[in-house]
Amino acid sequence: MDLALQLLFTGFGIGAVYALVALGFVLIFRATNVVNFAQGEFSMVAAYLMVVCAVDLELPYWLSFLIALAGMALLGIVFNLGVYYPLRNRSFLPVIIATIGASIFLSNAVLALYGPQPQALQGWFDTPGIQAGPVYLDSQYLLIIGVTLLLVLFQYWFFEHTLLGKKMQATSQDKEMASLLGIKVSSMIMLTFVYSAVLGGIAGILVAPVLFVSIQMGSTIALKAFAATIIGGFGDVTGAIIGGLALGIIETFGAAYISVPYKDGFAFLVLIAFLVFRPQGLFGERVAEKA
Amino acid sequence: MSALAQPTRSVRARALPGMLAYIALAALATAAAFLAPVDDYILHILIETATYAIAVFGLTVVLGLCGQINLAQAAFFGFGAYAVGLGTVDLHLNFWVAILLGGVLVAVLGALLGLTTLRLGGHYLAMVTISFQQIVTLVLTNWIAVTHGPDGVASIGRPLFFTSSHAYLALCVLILALVGTLVWRLPQTRLGRAMRAVRDNELAASVAGIDTYKTKVAAFALCAVLGGLGGSLFAGGFAYVSPDQFSFSESIVFLTMVLLGGAASPIGALIGTTLLIVLPETLRFLKDRPGEYLAIYGLAVILIIRFMPDGMWGFIKSLAAAWMRAPPFTEPAPELMLAPAASSATDVLDVENLAKYFGGLKAVDGVTFHIKRGGVHALIGPNGSGKTTTLNVLSGLYTPSAGKILLDGRDLTALAPHARTAAGLGRTFQNIRLFRSMTALENVVIGAERPGGPAYKSGDELILHARAALAFVGLEARAQDLVTSFSYGHQRLIEIARALAGNPTLLLLDEPAAGLNSTEKHELRDLLKRIAAKGLTILIIDHDMTLVADVAEQITVLNFGKRIADGRAADVLRQPDVIAAYLGSEPDAPAHA
Repeated sequence: MDLALQLLFTGFGIGAVYALVALGFVLIFRATNVVNFAQGEFSMVAAYLMVVCAVDLELPYWLSFLIALAGMALLGIVFNLGVYYPLRNRSFLPVIIATIGASIFLSNAVLALYGPQPQALQGWFDTPGIQAGPVYLDSQYLLIIGVTLLLVLFQYWFFEHTLLGKKMQATSQDKEMASLLGIKVSSMIMLTFVYSAVLGGIAGILVAPVLFVSIQMGSTIALKAFAATIIGGFGDVTGAIIGGLALGIIETFGAAYISVPYKDGFAFLVLIAFLVFRPQGLFGERVAEKA
Repeated sequence: MSALAQPTRSVRARALPGMLAYIALAALATAAAFLAPVDDYILHILIETATYAIAVFGLTVVLGLCGQINLAQAAFFGFGAYAVGLGTVDLHLNFWVAILLGGVLVAVLGALLGLTTLRLGGHYLAMVTISFQQIVTLVLTNWIAVTHGPDGVASIGRPLFFTSSHAYLALCVLILALVGTLVWRLPQTRLGRAMRAVRDNELAASVAGIDTYKTKVAAFALCAVLGGLGGSLFAGGFAYVSPDQFSFSESIVFLTMVLLGGAASPIGALIGTTLLIVLPETLRFLKDRPGEYLAIYGLAVILIIRFMPDGMWGFIKSLAAAWMRAPPFTEPAPELMLAPAASSATDVLDVENLAKYFGGLKAVDGVTFHIKRGGVHALIGPNGSGKTTTLNVLSGLYTPSAGKILLDGRDLTALAPHARTAAGLGRTFQNIRLFRSMTALENVVIGAERPGGPAYKSGDELILHARAALAFVGLEARAQDLVTSFSYGHQRLIEIARALAGNPTLLLLDEPAAGLNSTEKHELRDLLKRIAAKGLTILIIDHDMTLVADVAEQITVLNFGKRIADGRAADVLRQPDVIAAYLGSEPDAPAHA
């Protein structure tokens, strides 16, 4: 029972990271109708930026964090202009292929620059954690859960209670109508990419001290996050969060009770099960093309 | 050669030399592979090229023809390779038996993967194939008892008579030529046309009678089999296989190959594969630093997609398009035969209490009407009255919330769109849905191939029938032009010809006059009268009251999802509530401001 509680806490923490990346997926998908396959690489690049600033240049942790996020915002802009924007009027297939190309490019460019050895990054706090009854609460996991909660609240406030958020929502629902109402659709999409890159970046920086910072971390996280969006219901924000948390917990328990080497395989099995039995996910509606 | 590539005897006579030339070329290449005085290093590069190209042909089928993505081709390649490796080394099977077993295994896996995801479309497929690829790598690395783990399988043998590298290369080239021919011809077969139709417009394909799901699964399984075959030959060529040869990055290499060369044709696949194997060999220094090599691949994918969407072969072809046109037909098109199924019942279509709700919105709310055999029946009503929704429910694009649809007494209510088309329902769309990469004739051929439609004794007869349908709408002279080169009005006529060619029992026309100028409207009116004169029943939706009054014998009027009038055209158009629905008030009463 104590082990189960401990696993639940760890799973919740990992799941929160998946949820953040899944949110990035969903936001871009809703704005552009395209899944960004380089979403995981945003996390990876941010983690490396963090390693460069905080470890190699020995800058203060908070400054490194801000620099890394600024770098992600810039990457979001470059990504939008270089990968999405030129293809925006083509069908979705060329766009996904281009984002896959971007994902390969980013991970291997980092590999070429930084080499294959995984890097370690220390956590934000000096205290490693606290003992709460039978469960040991790792400080980094607490931070991950806390930040995720804050971001979810921020996002709710932003989209429901600010004009900019409403403009972005309008853009994702009907681009033509939004542009007729004087909303600059291309700026809104740009903003979505910037926000998603920053979101992915935060997830990467938060999870970096728990995992090692490696080239593969991006694709691993992205795969789980995508499974999370399908479990939650494609394109649904609440679904992405719940799906991410559920997946983190399933995976942690699977690794503890079934098999460690196949840990990364559980996400796939859950994904297939959902595709077969409930393709619309927990919260989604069936996707249908209009005649 | 298949039917479409050589529709008439004269064309077949001209295509024969091409076929002979191809066979001669393939034989020459095989002989050259066997005899060329090159060293082992070159031989190995050539074997790698040939085996990779076979796997890339798989992507030509799934991505180029069918428009579906597969990011796990390296996994299927790996299955084929491990089947030969483990089969011959651990199980002591014969090389060919191992290839065959591997092929069966890969076909089953490909079909299973397709069955679970292809109903859902592109994004799911992309992510699921990536996941599948990752799982396969995990299993190959970790299931040491069976796969030998990261060490891989060594000293894999080659089949009898092909043990020398020269002979083995010759074998690979021969198989490459055979598979290449199959993939080259596929687009002009019924299955290949169905794949292209799915790629161009899935909705229109289903309404033309194509089982889109089955077609996609078939394409996916075929792609997997070609991947497996390539992998099996690769294992024989290199005698050693290990998990890292079949990782996700190799899947990306396959994808880059097909995109660079051009996904639409096996020639493109061959060009892409050759370039991406030979170039890196000459630029080996790039491989020294890990990452650089694949970073360039990633960048290449983005640039190719942006600047060369049809790949190198597509680019070359567009330059050569002028003299690659198909020769014109020499014999005239016959008269179109329309033979609607004979039935004793007077009603062709019975719609009983049909309803379609979208959440709380009752778009169609318990509508009943009957369409008499022969003649034109119009369904009219103001904007938002539920006409197009009714049509979409009739053709199966929407599932009804309640009610029944009977065609010639047969209940269609539970059938999928393609099954309704097979049962005898043809339709056109308000916003034209043609297969945009195809010629007018190819579009109509797909309609003519409707399951449950006319039977043809030969491919030539099928072509003749399709040409007759095009001639009926007056566009036979331009049969071999791409549909995108036709005017809007003519595209509409091609869509009608596509539906007519299937010899439907009932033809549904969704606002055929929308966007036509007055001359085109007159031509459309005459066409509808000629169709009706052939005994075919038509259900038409349109806003053009002159056209409706001109052609329709029976009219059903909808307003707010309910039927407000039904009967003979002249009577219905005189009813006060019909006029009120259109003008907003009783003709004599003052309008409410």
